[in-house]
Amino acid sequence: MSASAVFILDVKGKPLISRNYKGDVAMSKIEHFMPLLVQREEEGALAPLLSHGQVHFLWIKHSNLYLVATTSKNANASLVYSFLYKTIETTDSKILQEYITQQSNKLETGKSRVPPTVTNAVSWRSEGIKYKKNEVFIDVIESVNLLVNANGSVLLSEIVGTIKLKVFLSGMPELRLGLNDRVLFELTGLSGSKNKSVELEDVKFHQCVRLSRFDNDRTISFIPPDGDFELMSYRLSTQVKPLIWIESVIEKFSHSRVEIMVKAKGQFKKQSVANGVEISVPVPSDADSPRFKTSVGSAKYVPERNVVIWSIKSFPGGKEYLMRAHFGLPSVEKEEVEGRPPIGVKFEIPYFTVSGIQVRYMKIIEKSGYQALPWVRYITQSGDYQLRTS
Amino acid sequence: MTDSKYFTTTKKGEIFELKAELNSDKKEKKKEAVKKVIASMTVGKDVSALFPDVVNCMQTDNLELKKLVYLYLMNYAKSQPDMAIMAVNTFVKDCEDPNPLIRALAVRTMGCIRVDKITEYLCEPLRKCLKDEDPYVRKTAAVCVAKLHDINAQLVEDQGFLDTLKDLISDSNPMVVANAVAALSEIAESHPSSNLLDLNPQSINKLLTALNECTEWGQIFILDCLANYMPKDDREAQSICERVTPRLSHANSAVVLSAVKVLMKFMEMLSKDLDYYGTLLKKLAPPLVTLLSAEPELQYVALRNINLIVQKRPEILKHEMKVFFVKYNDPIYVKLEKLDIMIRLASQANIAQVLAELKEYATEVDVDFVRKAVRAIGRCAIKVEQSAERCVSTLLDLIQTKVNYVVQEAIVVIKDIFRKYPNKYESVIATLCENLDSLDEPEARAAMIWIVGEYAERIDNADELLESFLEGFHDESTQVQLQLLTAIVKLFLKKPTETQELVQQVLSLATQDSDNPDLRDRGYIYWRLLSTDPVAAKEVVLAEKPLISEETDLIEPTLLDELICYIGTLASVYHKPPSAFVEGGRGVVHKSLPPRTASSESAESPETAPTGAPPGEQPDVIPAQGDLLGDLLNLDLGPPVSGPPLATSSVQMGAVDLLGGGLDSLIGGTNFVAPPTAAVPANLGAPIGSGLSDLFDLTSGVGTLSGSYVAPKAVGSISMDLQLTNKALQVMTDFAIQFNRNSFGLAPAAPLQVHAPLSPNQTVEISLPLSTVGSVMKMEPLNNLQVAVKNNIDVFYFSTLYPLHILFVEDGKMDRQMFLATWKDIPNENEAQFQIRDCPLNAEAASSKLQSSNIFTVAKRNVEGQDMLYQSLKLTNGIWVLAELRIQPGNPSCTLSLKCRAPEVSQHVYQAYETILKN
Repeated sequence: MSASAVFILDVKGKPLISRNYKGDVAMSKIEHFMPLLVQREEEGALAPLLSHGQVHFLWIKHSNLYLVATTSKNANASLVYSFLYKTIETTDSKILQEYITQQSNKLETGKSRVPPTVTNAVSWRSEGIKYKKNEVFIDVIESVNLLVNANGSVLLSEIVGTIKLKVFLSGMPELRLGLNDRVLFELTGLSGSKNKSVELEDVKFHQCVRLSRFDNDRTISFIPPDGDFELMSYRLSTQVKPLIWIESVIEKFSHSRVEIMVKAKGQFKKQSVANGVEISVPVPSDADSPRFKTSVGSAKYVPERNVVIWSIKSFPGGKEYLMRAHFGLPSVEKEEVEGRPPIGVKFEIPYFTVSGIQVRYMKIIEKSGYQALPWVRYITQSGDYQLRTS
Repeated sequence: MTDSKYFTTTKKGEIFELKAELNSDKKEKKKEAVKKVIASMTVGKDVSALFPDVVNCMQTDNLELKKLVYLYLMNYAKSQPDMAIMAVNTFVKDCEDPNPLIRALAVRTMGCIRVDKITEYLCEPLRKCLKDEDPYVRKTAAVCVAKLHDINAQLVEDQGFLDTLKDLISDSNPMVVANAVAALSEIAESHPSSNLLDLNPQSINKLLTALNECTEWGQIFILDCLANYMPKDDREAQSICERVTPRLSHANSAVVLSAVKVLMKFMEMLSKDLDYYGTLLKKLAPPLVTLLSAEPELQYVALRNINLIVQKRPEILKHEMKVFFVKYNDPIYVKLEKLDIMIRLASQANIAQVLAELKEYATEVDVDFVRKAVRAIGRCAIKVEQSAERCVSTLLDLIQTKVNYVVQEAIVVIKDIFRKYPNKYESVIATLCENLDSLDEPEARAAMIWIVGEYAERIDNADELLESFLEGFHDESTQVQLQLLTAIVKLFLKKPTETQELVQQVLSLATQDSDNPDLRDRGYIYWRLLSTDPVAAKEVVLAEKPLISEETDLIEPTLLDELICYIGTLASVYHKPPSAFVEGGRGVVHKSLPPRTASSESAESPETAPTGAPPGEQPDVIPAQGDLLGDLLNLDLGPPVSGPPLATSSVQMGAVDLLGGGLDSLIGGTNFVAPPTAAVPANLGAPIGSGLSDLFDLTSGVGTLSGSYVAPKAVGSISMDLQLTNKALQVMTDFAIQFNRNSFGLAPAAPLQVHAPLSPNQTVEISLPLSTVGSVMKMEPLNNLQVAVKNNIDVFYFSTLYPLHILFVEDGKMDRQMFLATWKDIPNENEAQFQIRDCPLNAEAASSKLQSSNIFTVAKRNVEGQDMLYQSLKLTNGIWVLAELRIQPGNPSCTLSLKCRAPEVSQHVYQAYETILKN
């Protein structure tokens, strides 16, 4: 069971474009959506699923647009939301350019071939692709999610990795990716050797990967789509030392000032360097006259987000830096209570994966027998990296 | 040049101009005109007047033009049904076009034209397209069947399209299979009675193969369809599970969730002892956790479903508490759901962490979230006893913050904590009382008033406090008014001297000045109680309250099972069955989980349920109850004989009763005895045991009756087998039967049918169906039944003891969690322990024997070489009995512990156990 119709609305709720799939819900019902949304928002009970009588609205918001699906049946909600998100993904301007051309296509009358991608088992790759130089670029990107409570103890630490491919290969190549996956090593008896292996907790694959094969013998085999795509993602909840550790003291003297002291420490290998480090520290919304002192990098007050951002271009492992900030507070205190947003950290460490995952090989077989080169790049970056403040 | 120019023509007389252009001879001009029409249509202008002219352009080889005309048709056909017929011809033609794209386009458009009149013309082209050589056309046609079915179901059925659709499940192309499945599911959903999705193992195999090859959306349809299938045994269930598990690695969360649904459902059929069962449990946790990194809306759907999964199988996520910790930037709907799941997962092992988190949340700024966090602390206290003290002190800390809504929530939950742990935390009452004035929400006021009333004897100024609430009585909400009334009555019963005036005041406010019937009724009841019998009033109002159980917010088990079948759908998000929000009754089918392996066996063999009375059941003389007969019998027999040793007493009684001449003279020389047959439950209505027969043979009595009971096959189908022998000299006619009131409301469900007159020395056997809807009176012993049989000669009275297991009902299997909670909840003094000797059965045999008598094994455990069976049974009147049966291999005695809220049944349940196990 899926949606009856899908709408794209502007920020005021006016339908810009719509598609009626099933015709069992009147298209005019969409008029109820915006008033309902506003009402729920006022009640503080906004949820991704709203209902008006027999009609249910499943909606997501993307920048200034609302994507809304209607149904009157017991539809598969996760299917509908996945579909709405896919709609956003495929309406990426680059992808749309492939479909919407400014010059009109010359239409060959009597052309009788259905594009094979519509019904083929391999719907993601068309035939007859040709490259002069056959290459694959592999990006292994690991994001670290961290949640630390105000006492400094780590509540949650996980690694979410993705392997992205840029494929420039001719024909219909068969690819096989080898990782230092612990389960695979155990299966093949490699575990005893010096090879360091990684235990992947949950792995998700692009639809091109043969899942039953992976389930059987942990082989990652696939015919890739052409160009950029995300081959797989994985998750590990092995506790690792937080890569950048923050200690902070935020002292608020009511009616006069706020004093902030932040210490950042790089807890990774000395040879590695974290780039583009940005530490955002929350400040009260009514703070004024900022003054900063940093041992390295620069600090900037961003009033619209109520934070100080301390940027450090390059942060070598094992180093420790300090930032002090001073803000004035108005003598008249404002009434509403403010939340205590956490300190957030952004960074990127190239040539390094926290989990230790490695691409052991990428085998490329095509019937024409060409030689293709795989290139691998590793990077670790911050994901949802939060340290609560007291 | 861009197409934007088409949107800029807004001149007057435009329709007119367009009409001319549409009818132009030049192809190029025509095409331009259609584009302009579509542009106007898109921006919402009414161009329906051009219908005939646009339809005229339909016959073209130009695909682009055709697409535009079809778009127009879809939009306006409904408003111009008569004109739409004009398009039929082209559809028929287009469905035979050499270009598969055009064939598919035609069939797709046909499905979107919801005009009853033209649907029948579309059947032929549709039939062709369903068998088209091109898979693209077939897959489009499959969806068209579902659309047509929505417009005219009868037509689709008559045309045999449903069978064609079923055939498509075996199509060679996976996308066609997926679309056929989607169409069939859609149709089946609105016609629950149809057997459309009665798949056989072959078609299941086809689906599982297609699952590996089709697109993500196709996979979801196939998985959702698989979830409706009922495997024939656990082996098939396991093999399907094995082929579905790889889907847990799909990048699309909807595929993952639909796979989880199939697994959760089929798991029900797998034995928990199976290695595979454990493997499957382990495989489910990681993908569920990963769903929490999806987009917030998908997270929300996942969390609502995890909430169900955690209730159904808590073991899956018990170690994953941390991933449910709330993040600052989570949307509020995600935060609230996470909180709910945290409480469900809270246990002694992780409670410290949970509490620390909850305390953190309780100082956030979002009011709803904070409230829920405070409430969560209270729920933890009730759920995890070891944490109660810490929870209470955390709540007290929060009350000190004096944040108004925090204080109110805290008071509401503290009331529940008092209920759960009486006489433990009342020292905090003083702190609570300090905050009396700040309470402005009804629930908090009511909770506080309850506390003051309940603990009036410990609060010196309880009367003042309650009096202060009384001032604004009529402005309070009903909840508060009712609570205030009860609290003041409690206070009065505890401190009658000082509070007489107060109680009169509240009673008159409730009864005379209020329009609320509930309040008035309660007021009158108290008033009358207090004025007639203050002692009774005390017993009623100050009665000891049952302890509250921790899981008051659990979803009711049958609903939970149904919702598990709807994982991923709106029903799982609303936590309501689809019947609650889908229009019309016909779209509603109740799904249920497959039966557990264990209970499915019993369902097959209900006939083998043992019947008959346990040995040792003896006839008993009717006890003196003050009716005429009792007096008569008493006269001769003295006090009724009851209790062991029954065997001798019955002989004695028989002797006195049957041989004694005095009675003869009183009741006309006839006698009526009811010995429920001893032994052999296998043959129903077995004749009287030989010993007893002999006894009767000796007698000078003229009528004998024997009876046995047949265990209920379904609720209410108990019957009593009677054997009537005429030992008198004259013919007996006009039989009738009546039961005295008894403990379980047993009553004849039909009149006693003795068809022919009973000649002297003739015997008839009758099976009398019984119901349990008669009037109830507690008997001593509990299973005593007094029966009167009347005929043309006299009324005969007898009494009998019936075996309790005839009252065990089929739905007596308690959910595991419920069992645990109930077992804990029933006070220990209600527990009774018995020894069953000479019962050399192993756990398996005992369990299956008991199950055929509707005693169900909820769980099995092996402790130090002993097998522990945890069992439940339910009586016809809804009383649950929980049992623990300890069997030691090699030892013929086993130990039975029974727990029941009505402990008086235990003795009889034990006897039933003994009877069942020894047969």
